[in-house]
This record gives sequence, C-alpha cells and structure tokens, in this order.
Amino acid sequence: MSTAVAEVVEKKSEPLFSKKNKKLITNPLDIDNPITVQVLGICSALAVTTQMKPALVMSIALLVVTTSSNGIISLLRNTIPSRIRIIVQLAIVSLWVILVDQVLKAYSYELWKQLSVYVGLIITNCIVMGRLEAFAMGNKPGPSLLDGFGNGLGYGLILLIVAFFRELFGGGAIFGFKVFDAMGIHYTGNGIMLLPAGACFIVGIVIWVQRSLNGYRETH
Amino acid sequence: MRQSNLYIILYAAAITVVCGGLLAFASQSLKPLQDANVELERKHNILATVMEIKKGDDINALYAANVKEGVVDFGGSVKEGMKAADIDVSKEYKKKPEERLLPIYEFKDPSDPSKVNNVVLPVYGFGLWKDISGFIALKSDMNTIQGVSLAHLGETPGLGARISSEEIQDRYKGKSIFDADVLASVTMQKGEGNDYSNDPHKVDGMSGATLTAKGVNNMFVDYLTCYKNYLKKNQQNLSLSL
Repeated sequence: MSTAVAEVVEKKSEPLFSKKNKKLITNPLDIDNPITVQVLGICSALAVTTQMKPALVMSIALLVVTTSSNGIISLLRNTIPSRIRIIVQLAIVSLWVILVDQVLKAYSYELWKQLSVYVGLIITNCIVMGRLEAFAMGNKPGPSLLDGFGNGLGYGLILLIVAFFRELFGGGAIFGFKVFDAMGIHYTGNGIMLLPAGACFIVGIVIWVQRSLNGYRETH
Repeated sequence: MRQSNLYIILYAAAITVVCGGLLAFASQSLKPLQDANVELERKHNILATVMEIKKGDDINALYAANVKEGVVDFGGSVKEGMKAADIDVSKEYKKKPEERLLPIYEFKDPSDPSKVNNVVLPVYGFGLWKDISGFIALKSDMNTIQGVSLAHLGETPGLGARISSEEIQDRYKGKSIFDADVLASVTMQKGEGNDYSNDPHKVDGMSGATLTAKGVNNMFVDYLTCYKNYLKKNQQNLSLSL
C-alpha cells in the first residue's frame, strides 16, 4: 500500500462514465497497472499462471472480489470507525473471497480443487486491500466500483499474458489445446517456464515492453 | 461519535453478525451441489481404477450399471442393510482394524451379471503431512492389482503429491498382493528409476518423496490386512458375494 491517504477524485457530482471516471478503468490496464507498475499481487501472479485456464478463473475471481469489496467499503466509508478500518476491510474482503470459493466448489469442482488454495489467498492479495485503503475509503460507490473493476482487469490482463507464454512454451498448449502438435511440429516443453522463475522472466519482459511503449519512468 | 468505544464495539459486532449470516446462508444453500460434486468424484475415482473414463461420460450411469456396493467387517462377512456411501472411511480409519466397517465395490461382468470381474477396496492412511486415501482394484483372482487411484490432502507439490498422478499409479498395475497364502502387499521402494517389473510386490519409488511412499506402503498393509479375510473367502468363490 503505497498511498496512505486516500486520493479524492471527485468533488461535485458528475456522470458515472465521465472522462475522468473512464480513466479509472483504463489506467490500471496500462500506466497504473497493479502488477507491473504498483507491483502488487505478484505472488499469485507467479503461482497460478502455468496454464491459461486457472489464470482466467483466478482473474475473474479477483475481479469479482475487488469490484464488490470496493463498492461495499465505499458505501460504508462514512460509518467505518478509523481505528478499526483495516479489520472491517478485511472482514468484507474475506466475505467475498469465501463466497467465491463456495460458489466455485458448487459449480466448478475441478477448478476449485486446483485453485482453492489461491482463492483463499486473495484475502491477503495487496491489490484488494490497497485499492480499499487508497480509493474506496475516500470516494463514492460509483467511481469505487469502476476503480475495483479496472484494477481487477489490469491484474487479469497481466495474468493472462504471462499464462499465455508460460503454457505455450512450457507445455506447448493454449487452454490445453496442443498448438504445436496441431501444426505438426514436435515440441518438448521448456521446464523453466513451468517454475515460478519462468513467470518472473515474463513479468520482467512485460514490464520492459510496457515501459518502453508508454515511456513510464519511476519518480523518486 | 465515530471514535467512541461503544460505537466501535457495536460496529464490529454488527459487521460480524451480517458477514457471518451471509456466509452461513451461502454455505447452506450451496451444500447440496457441493455434496453432489464430492459424491461424483468418489464414483469417478472408483470407476477410474477399473475402466478408462472419457471426458463427458455419464459417471452416475456408468456407476449404476457396473458397480455393486456393500459393506463387510474384519471377518469378511457381509453386513446386510448397510450402504457403502454411508461409511466415512476417514472415521473408520481411526478405529482398531478389527472394529472397522469396510466398504467394498464389486464390478459386475457385463456379459454375466452374476460374476464379479473386479473388486475395488477403499484405503485410507497418513502421508507425510496430511491424510492420504485411495482405491485399490483387484482382478477376480482377488490378488492381481487391476489399478489404483490415490489422492492426498496436502502432500508436497511436485514430490509427494505425485501419488495422485497416473504415472505413479500405473506402476501398481499387474502387481500382486498375496505371496502364495501370505499377504505381502505392494511396497514402493526408495529411489527412482529402478526396474521392478519382475518383482510382483515392489514398485519404483518417488525421488524426494520417500516419506510419502512410506505412508502409502503403511496404508496398503494396514487396509489390506483388514480386507484379507474377505479376499480369502472370495478367492475360490468368484460369484457375487454381495
């Protein structure tokens, strides 16, 4: 959590999809990406990206959790006593995480078996708590929902990019479909892509490409 | 007002009650679906020890057509009126071997339903970190292993967790559990990459997971001892016992 005090975005009432509010969704995809710029949520980005399918489910789960937690916390922001605000945020996040976990267990059992450990870890994912502290505590529900949605998308985008390359080069497949075999090329999977180290390399390359495209520089 | 202790305590209590209530509601309303999933997986694991299951196969229909469930005791006699699905193996495992209730699953011969082709025995034990479980399918001689399926709750990924992979489970195929009349079980050895194809009671080990292998070996001996009387009784008599 880099920002301690919530940044207040809107002063007077304005339409939900105003130019400024649209930025709340588009910024996290690029110049304010939670993984590559804010460097939050790295551990799950390494853990679930060996294949596309778990990465996609994890992204959707996080999207649901960030959006809904941001919305709820923003609704409650004027009632939450500041001395116990972190624990209240934690309770709301846990509520959503457990709901997602239970729904997955009921409707997608195979994925639940693979992902249940990581879904539980969303509770400690810095993106969720970071957005609550930095945004939802100081803004209206509308923009907060957008902010949560945008950050969830930004996270999911990077997850899917990383998973794409890891599954392609590590297992020669995309979403379990053997691409190289289908093209008639014999491909032996590159083992390092399946290790967490492989994800570090790819996240690094993504950051490099992204920063050379948008000219982002760290400010000190 | 928002900083007073009373407000904080009431606020915390209210949040807890609301969140707790929502979770309890979700858990109760989703439970039937979740239980159905667990049940489906159990059936899948039993079927998978004997036959190949393709994606999209109707597990419930296959199970109903092929499997006859039953419960036996340590002496090998059938407990009438008990359902295998009602027996919680993880609880039975904590009892003394002589007192355990043992579920068995018999696979009927498709051409002659009075004959048993395979019998599947659930097993339960302790790995390196947490409980492990599985099913052993025997051929009609009640000795040769048709296939096994192993599951675990928390073995080390990449090491002990490999017991749930087909690669490891295939090593048990064709091994025998009896040496003449003595229960010899099948023991996973230390070290990997050795050829045990000539030894009916040994399988190749898992490098880096000797302790999980030990857990599997103990589980096999423990539970096969329980099933021994049942197996002996049916070794000569290949017709349906349930």
